[in-house]
Amino acid sequence: MNKIGLIIQREYLTRVRNKTFLLSTFMLPVVMILFIVGSTFFAIKSREKRKVAVVNDPGFFKNNMKSDSASVVFYFDAAVDSLNYEVKGFDGVLYLPTASNNYELRSTKQFGLESKGYIERQLNKAIESNMLQEKGINKATLDSISKVSDKAVDLNNVVKEENGASRQANAGLAYSVGFGSGILIYITMFVFGAMVMRGVAEEKMNRIAEVIVSSCKPFELMMGKIIGIAGVGLTQFLLWIILIFALISSMQFFLPAETLQQIQDAQQSHQNLPGDNNSLALKMMEAKNTLIEGVNWGMIIFFFLFYFLGGYLFYAALFAAIGSVINEDPQEAQSLMLPITMPIIFAFIILTSSLQNPNSPVAVWASIIPFTSPIVMMGRIPFGVPQTVPYWQLGLSMISLIGGFLATTWFAGKVYRTGILMYGKKASWKEMAKWAFRK
Amino acid sequence: MQHLLEIKNLKKHFASQKAVDDISFSINKGSIFGLLGPNGAGKTTLLRMITGIFYPDEGEILLNGKPFNPVNDISQIGYMPEERGLYKKMKIGEQAVYLAQLKGMSKQQAKAKIKEWFVKFEMQSWWDKKVEDLSKGMSQKLQFVITVLHEPGLIILDEPFSGLDPVNANLIKDEIFRLARLGHTIIFSTHRMEQVEEICDHIVLVNKGKKILDGSVNQVKQDFKESLFRIEFDEPILAEHTAIHLFQVINKKDNQLIIKKNEDFSTNDILQYFITKGLHIHSFNEILPSLNDIFIRLVDATPKARQFESQTA
Repeated sequence: MNKIGLIIQREYLTRVRNKTFLLSTFMLPVVMILFIVGSTFFAIKSREKRKVAVVNDPGFFKNNMKSDSASVVFYFDAAVDSLNYEVKGFDGVLYLPTASNNYELRSTKQFGLESKGYIERQLNKAIESNMLQEKGINKATLDSISKVSDKAVDLNNVVKEENGASRQANAGLAYSVGFGSGILIYITMFVFGAMVMRGVAEEKMNRIAEVIVSSCKPFELMMGKIIGIAGVGLTQFLLWIILIFALISSMQFFLPAETLQQIQDAQQSHQNLPGDNNSLALKMMEAKNTLIEGVNWGMIIFFFLFYFLGGYLFYAALFAAIGSVINEDPQEAQSLMLPITMPIIFAFIILTSSLQNPNSPVAVWASIIPFTSPIVMMGRIPFGVPQTVPYWQLGLSMISLIGGFLATTWFAGKVYRTGILMYGKKASWKEMAKWAFRK
Repeated sequence: MQHLLEIKNLKKHFASQKAVDDISFSINKGSIFGLLGPNGAGKTTLLRMITGIFYPDEGEILLNGKPFNPVNDISQIGYMPEERGLYKKMKIGEQAVYLAQLKGMSKQQAKAKIKEWFVKFEMQSWWDKKVEDLSKGMSQKLQFVITVLHEPGLIILDEPFSGLDPVNANLIKDEIFRLARLGHTIIFSTHRMEQVEEICDHIVLVNKGKKILDGSVNQVKQDFKESLFRIEFDEPILAEHTAIHLFQVINKKDNQLIIKKNEDFSTNDILQYFITKGLHIHSFNEILPSLNDIFIRLVDATPKARQFESQTA
């Protein structure tokens, strides 16, 4: 049997059979879902209604402000002042000035951004409405206008496709898919890269490296490890995808039967359902549908796997090189890892900005240069190929990533050969380069 | 007799020193060959070149008369490095099978062979244990089994007895002799001279990258003997008996005399002299130097200039 095949098999099986692998594979999606559900739950639960007494109302504020909302309730006729509002059960007092522009909110606890913003918007709106009324627009007309204008416009960005058909672009969805896959590559690059490094360092420290390289080439040992761990990563992704689809499709079992019935009715009659609870369920179903239909998942998964593998191979080789030169002291790894971790972190920062503006020059070049491309390109692809990412950029990025990992693998192979049999002194990057380029 | 391994003018330079500097020797098939030298002499570098881990800068390695090809010939070599290692978390049986497969054995073959060896070394119950649960001596035995499992023509053992108790050391020693009788060639690298005298047929001593001695154990001892003799008499020796130009007295104690023979005379001259003096000789032996003495003498005498000049420049 092929030696590198044997090595891959060992590296793969010892890790996949490990309990921590099973635990992390099955626990992570569960923990993630619990986290999302939990944080949503607490966000809703902890949202308190602030009771604000409005003092000094010249009259028009009361009529033009929405007195009740999720975050703030206004009370206009309460007889309070800054001394006794607390005793009377208010969270704050809002002083409306008569002449100057000196609006003031007094409270014991600071108001959050959300409630403060809400109060400001309501005040601005009241002043605007008042001025319009002074110009002769009567209250009833104004109300009927604002009834329409309050319904936020959902801007549909229709993008022309190559074949002439148009497609509804969903920037929000592209953003989340891009961010999700970018961050997943970012995390896995560290996790599996570190796994390679630890594996190499372990073989060196156990002194088994010399036993094995008397049976096979050092390069085979290194590549076997890198490929074996890539297999572990792919297995984990596959299990995650299966788990997530299983969880989504089993979602309906957790919803009450009558809600499901209502959703079905609504889907048949294309009507909105009354009541908050039901529309939440409906929104979830809608979200599920857009999630499945609004994204070209085949394309995303293909490129995700390509950039995961490419980025992983690119950096895993470098991590293997580090693993081969370090000794017992884990501190040594830290300083050597810095030049590797910096571009990865840098790529993540560019990812966040390129999600806002996927066509900025920084985003374009960072998605082509192999040091950052796996993370940044994954942030751009969901915005559309070839609309946002032209074919030439994608092609160049993929070719340079392949070239990049061939180069790092070549470099790492040279360093690794020398490093795994060298004990005592830790090598610097400069020395590693010397090993790589000597004959 | 055919040479199994021939090494010709082998050189390997590292950045700071000449680790192996023009070494040549050859090893007969079926012999036990001792590669000796102090720490840092270049033994490990030499062995790593023979096992294909390092490529020599210059020189030639011939295995069975043909140039050594690391990729194909590696399965003919079993190497137990001085720094031993095994995967700590892997089960012993699986690990042995894996390492045997890397040497080109099939899984079934490997399993059968390992079981055989485990029975011989009374290790049957170890199969599912992990290496981290073994004592140092136990893992040493396992390492030896792994080294010889694929029945390589050339077995290289670097300090095979370190960490072994006398019982287990004997077990391994007997196996070494048995393997040599079966036609396996063994390179035995050590700096424990008493083991070399006991085990090896032929030795090479390296120091500071150079070969400083090459020969059979007996030949080497003969070459370095200093005409020392121990003579035991049946009666005490008196001062008048030893005042003669045939020899110098090195040591005198009761009935025993240690002398250094003068070059111009033979041992028969000395015996005759004592007989004519009427002394009764109980025994007469030549004292051969121990390998340990030879080793120390040669190593101390080697010039110390191996560092490259350019290091300081």
